[in-house]
Amino acid sequence: MVSLEINGKTVEVEEGTTIYKAAESAGIEIPTLCYTPIMEPYAACRICQVEIERDWGKELVTSCNTVCQEGMKIITDSEKVLNARRVILSLLLERCPNVEILREMAIKLGMELPEMVPEEEAETCILCGLCVRVCAEVVGVEAISFAGRGAEREVSPPFDEESEACITCGACFSVCPTGTVKMEDAFGRKVPIDELTVGPPKSIAIPTYQSVPNVPFINTETCIHFQTEGCNVCAKMCEPEAINYEMEDEIIDIDVGTIVISTGFQVMNPSGITRYGYGKFPDVITSAEFEKMTNASGLTDGKVVTSKGEEPKDIAIIHCVGSRDVDTHAYCSRVCCMYALKMAHLIKEKTSAEVYQFYIDMRAFGKGYEEFYSRLLSEDVRFIRGKPGEVTNIAICAEEEGKLIVSCEDTLAGEIRRIPVDMVVLCPAIEARDDAREFGAMFGLGCTADGFFLEKHPKLAPIETASDGIYLAGACQGPKDIPDSVAQGGAAGAAALSLIDRGTIEVESATAMVVEDWCSGCKTCNLLCPYSAIEFDEKIGASVVNEALCKGCGTCVAACPSSAIIGKHFTDKQILAEIEGALI
Amino acid sequence: MSYEPKILGFLCNWCAYTGADLAGTARMKYPSNIRIIRVMCSGRIDPTFVLKAFEEGADGVLMAGCHPPSDCHYQNGNFKAMRRYPLLKKLLSQLGIEEDRLRLEWISAAEGDKLVRVVNEMVDRLKELGPLGLSKSNVEPLEESETLNIDNPTEEENYVK
Repeated sequence: MVSLEINGKTVEVEEGTTIYKAAESAGIEIPTLCYTPIMEPYAACRICQVEIERDWGKELVTSCNTVCQEGMKIITDSEKVLNARRVILSLLLERCPNVEILREMAIKLGMELPEMVPEEEAETCILCGLCVRVCAEVVGVEAISFAGRGAEREVSPPFDEESEACITCGACFSVCPTGTVKMEDAFGRKVPIDELTVGPPKSIAIPTYQSVPNVPFINTETCIHFQTEGCNVCAKMCEPEAINYEMEDEIIDIDVGTIVISTGFQVMNPSGITRYGYGKFPDVITSAEFEKMTNASGLTDGKVVTSKGEEPKDIAIIHCVGSRDVDTHAYCSRVCCMYALKMAHLIKEKTSAEVYQFYIDMRAFGKGYEEFYSRLLSEDVRFIRGKPGEVTNIAICAEEEGKLIVSCEDTLAGEIRRIPVDMVVLCPAIEARDDAREFGAMFGLGCTADGFFLEKHPKLAPIETASDGIYLAGACQGPKDIPDSVAQGGAAGAAALSLIDRGTIEVESATAMVVEDWCSGCKTCNLLCPYSAIEFDEKIGASVVNEALCKGCGTCVAACPSSAIIGKHFTDKQILAEIEGALI
Repeated sequence: MSYEPKILGFLCNWCAYTGADLAGTARMKYPSNIRIIRVMCSGRIDPTFVLKAFEEGADGVLMAGCHPPSDCHYQNGNFKAMRRYPLLKKLLSQLGIEEDRLRLEWISAAEGDKLVRVVNEMVDRLKELGPLGLSKSNVEPLEESETLNIDNPTEEENYVK
């Protein structure tokens, strides 16, 4: 350990620590522009200068790359230090008068601010080199570098052309202290949502704020480390050293007696419905994107803004995008009416925008829902009954200029209306997951024509499935709102528990049975059985029915070429006798 | 007395049979020509049942199950019925039985009206076709020489074997 004195305060640090870090640990702030804990210090900006008292006099050094020595006496805010910083800053401000961070620093140091220059002419790069270094040292692709000399020195990709090496990771953008490096659309609202996550989409992130377990995971498809072997920033920053890049997905076998399937739903991609212009107009967004925007910790800090960064004056909310539509999904997605009302309420709360709701029917069916609808009616939200035919940007009059126009037949007023708005929020249909059928086949589950899992009985057994011990919960069984999903989840859990508690199961009495002596071993039945209940026993040379799995459909009985399978209660003999009896 | 065809229906327990039940509880009228045999699944309908029905004097046979692709209570028993149906039809035409005498229909538990319509259509069609006349009382037994004697095959039959 090394002990030193900073501003009269004794500080003990480990050997090899820089003055900047020692000051930081002692709670003393040193201003800097180019320091970042993820890279070796480079001392490019010279703002972090401090004064060291030596035997032979006082010396100015950059604190970020000077290592602490035993008995050092350091002053971070002497007049000499501040003057040195002022000189550096005035030179930087001369070059970049518009940069906010420099101006703030200048105010702190009590300097006069230079005149701002028009934005087009303004230089903002202070040539600190952070972007160049992060690209080379951390990311490891060297897509940008310094070019030119002296006054012409600048940061650019080779030959000032679009770099092939760049992987658009955004590292240069995130380290730039002055905001010179820009990621187009990075702070715009347009962020693709693949998964319905709330929060910023990063390569390392906690999937949702309520995740269990509440730990982050690394998206290996976007993580820089898995592309270039470089970066490792998260590992460097993580004090408990919890980051492990070697970890791989594992397949774990767990024996269970009951299964609750709650695989959920997916949101329809509305770009398939081209008339609403999703993907074509940046201000046509989905409800999930809107939700992300109004989230206080989201990309826009909870502000409702258009792609131009302005507060919208009019917002259209279109219901039933893909739902209740014979071309896509004939069913009602059930949740959209209510969240559309909630969105309108949020918009009214956060902005002064006019809100138009385009609906077919308002389905406020739940407890307290109708009351909320009535409340919205009194909040000056415009309700237009009709399904919009088109969202376009082709203006036909002056007030439509620069706006998105929603054209729609107002079926209550009985006329075609064109409503110019700044933003359109679509409420896309809830649909079954793409892999639902494939997944269902693994569990012997059937799907309805819509792809949602089929329950045993729509009214009397809404959580059970055709396979005993497998229960359904939530939107995988059909579109559902939160209260319904919670209720069904509780019921499914209770049903699973009661089966576990009982310890035994009742099997179907009408099962199939193989007469071993007659079985020729053709295995036709093995393949036909939808429940995989028949297996060929090599020892006895015949197929054997597992009665716990058999549901007694009789497909194998009808298919057996040797008539070696008997379907109990529906034997060939019984049915043939029935035929004879019926036709007397 | 006018000719009243006999139809034998093999209806699956979960959809078609329940549909027939619905037609009954809803007091829908359908001809009494159909006699219904319940099977658990349309996949249980063994082609021999159909042949047996014709042999026993049925003029038409209806096979009915759940709507494909996914209504089947047993996942895909209806597909198995669907696969057997064209083969069975082919066999019937080879035996000289008109194809229209056999019909496969998908009737859900809610489609009592469809069952009524199908039965009505079948009765109309069978009346056009006339009696099949295969019931045992109509068919003269084969002469001894025409039957295959398994215990004492002729030389020719032995060769075929």
